[in-house]
Amino acid sequence: MNLSMISKGLLIALPMLALGACSSTTDADAEAAAKLQAEQAAAAAKKAAEDAVQTDTIQAIELTAEEKLVEQYTSAILETTINFEFDKSVISPKYATILDAHAKYLVNNTDKSITVEGHADELGTPEYNIALGERRGLAVSTYLENMGVSASQITVVSYGEEKPVNLGHNESARAENRRAELVY
Amino acid sequence: MFVRLISLIILIAASSNASARLEILITEGVNSARPIAVVPFKWLGKGKKPQNFSEIVAADLQRSGKFSPLSIDKMPKTPSNSKDIDYSAWTELGVEAIVMGEVKPDTTAGKYIVTFELLDVLTGNVNMPSFDPVMDKRRSTISTSQLRQYAHRISDIVYEKLTGERGAFLTRIAYVAIDRTSTHPYQLRISDYDGEGEKLVLRSKQPIMSPSWSPDGRKLAYVSFEKRRSQVYIQDLYTQQRELMTSFPKINGSPTWSPDGTQLALVLSKDGQPEIYTFNIKTKALKRLTNNRVIDTEPSWTPDGKSIIFSSERGGRPQIYQVSLATGKAKRLTWEGDLNLGGTMTPDGDNLVLVSRHNGNYMIAVQDLESGELRTLTKTQLDESPSIAPNGSMIIYSTVYQGKQGLALVSMDGRFKANIPANNGEVKSPAWSPFLQ
Repeated sequence: MNLSMISKGLLIALPMLALGACSSTTDADAEAAAKLQAEQAAAAAKKAAEDAVQTDTIQAIELTAEEKLVEQYTSAILETTINFEFDKSVISPKYATILDAHAKYLVNNTDKSITVEGHADELGTPEYNIALGERRGLAVSTYLENMGVSASQITVVSYGEEKPVNLGHNESARAENRRAELVY
Repeated sequence: MFVRLISLIILIAASSNASARLEILITEGVNSARPIAVVPFKWLGKGKKPQNFSEIVAADLQRSGKFSPLSIDKMPKTPSNSKDIDYSAWTELGVEAIVMGEVKPDTTAGKYIVTFELLDVLTGNVNMPSFDPVMDKRRSTISTSQLRQYAHRISDIVYEKLTGERGAFLTRIAYVAIDRTSTHPYQLRISDYDGEGEKLVLRSKQPIMSPSWSPDGRKLAYVSFEKRRSQVYIQDLYTQQRELMTSFPKINGSPTWSPDGTQLALVLSKDGQPEIYTFNIKTKALKRLTNNRVIDTEPSWTPDGKSIIFSSERGGRPQIYQVSLATGKAKRLTWEGDLNLGGTMTPDGDNLVLVSRHNGNYMIAVQDLESGELRTLTKTQLDESPSIAPNGSMIIYSTVYQGKQGLALVSMDGRFKANIPANNGEVKSPAWSPFLQ
């Protein structure tokens, strides 16, 4: 027997069951009493609903996730880009506050991990730039490790010159593209 | 020695084929190349002619840098058969050889009979019965979809007859296109060497790099960042089947196929700095070839398969080195310029093609391996990824032209240059296929 035959069988069987139920209550008085009882119950419920009070919630005034981070780790935690000089992978001292903030966060949250993406500008060949991007990523990784972050929390990926943030072909575009990015 | 026609910027491949994304713009030519006439092929059918053979053949021959095709308006006549030729008129114009032919519909619909002849003008002008001016003559039945390829085949035959060297016009290029308007911006595409007949073979949300052809022209090795890290894959172009080669921590890069097709040379930084390895495709066995504390990258095989050319910073700035697979000994090859990168040996083993930096400009250069003399071939600033035609006649590379990254061709002697700008997005990392037939 397939499914459609079963459902056809049920279509016939269900009304038969309903008829059977009706025929069992033959007492007309009992039927009228039940009806009255049901009407009274409905009226009582309606009155109760009209008298009842209603409650709702409001949004709590809370700091955003970023504000909470800033409170604990200074606004430097929101900065995620470290720029580099041409063909160099030395981290300028001006990025110390940014990297220190991220290092502190990672030390406090050992369950969190970070990817350091190394990038290069368009000068030189793509293959050399993959190597240069990795050197920049590793410079950042080493800094974080020196600040106490576990090496297991850090992954370094070099994208070389393949993912520029500025698509221009001038020096200011290149300066923007020579970078490491911290990605959680 | 040669006069450059820089101002002469001609659009040759203004094809009606809307699917073609790349078109060639000649930026530089010379008038010292060998004069040749490619006469428009005569169409013997009704309606529009199915393919402009002479235009394709003339463009092919010109791009090699070795020939200077005569423009049609300068031709004394446009014959299509060697029987009705007045050789003296062509001799006066200094034309060395004539290519001509006829196209007629075959009895089978969608097929054409193409005949062509290659004539030696000097022999024809001498007019002695024992010397036949017809250097080659062929007749073939071609289907519509193969007409363009057959035009390149004619170019190959003409080129080989006149130079003694095999033609490379019936070849393809693989390259990476970046279309930032697409959901999958990074695309690996293949086209004929002249940018026509483009086909997509892979698209990704993350970068694709370094395509390299297998020696049989059937597969590509490349780097994909689809898993948000670099991995080396091989893809069969006929079956679309992909196989993961390496996925070590850190860099998996720059795969290049060995001449015998059994191994890849590649770059891994799993043990510290980027180092050159060979990787056996079947057994997956790795062999490390370099070992030092600086960057070693961009491996390419010498044509004999016995050593590997690579870039290294071991002497300070990057220069090109060669390491023997048998002894593991490395020697430095380049000394000129601020720095040199991306070296490949020409198929004859005589020259090294590379990217050379002079005064901050990255240009394509050729170094004679015997004399050590380095000649820059280009005058642009951002050239990279040179790839040599399998007959060693031309180099395709990536450059920035009119503010956009695109491909360009330069003949090995630097005489002829042409840009192949991308109509849509940017194009980079070209790889010239081996001979495909």
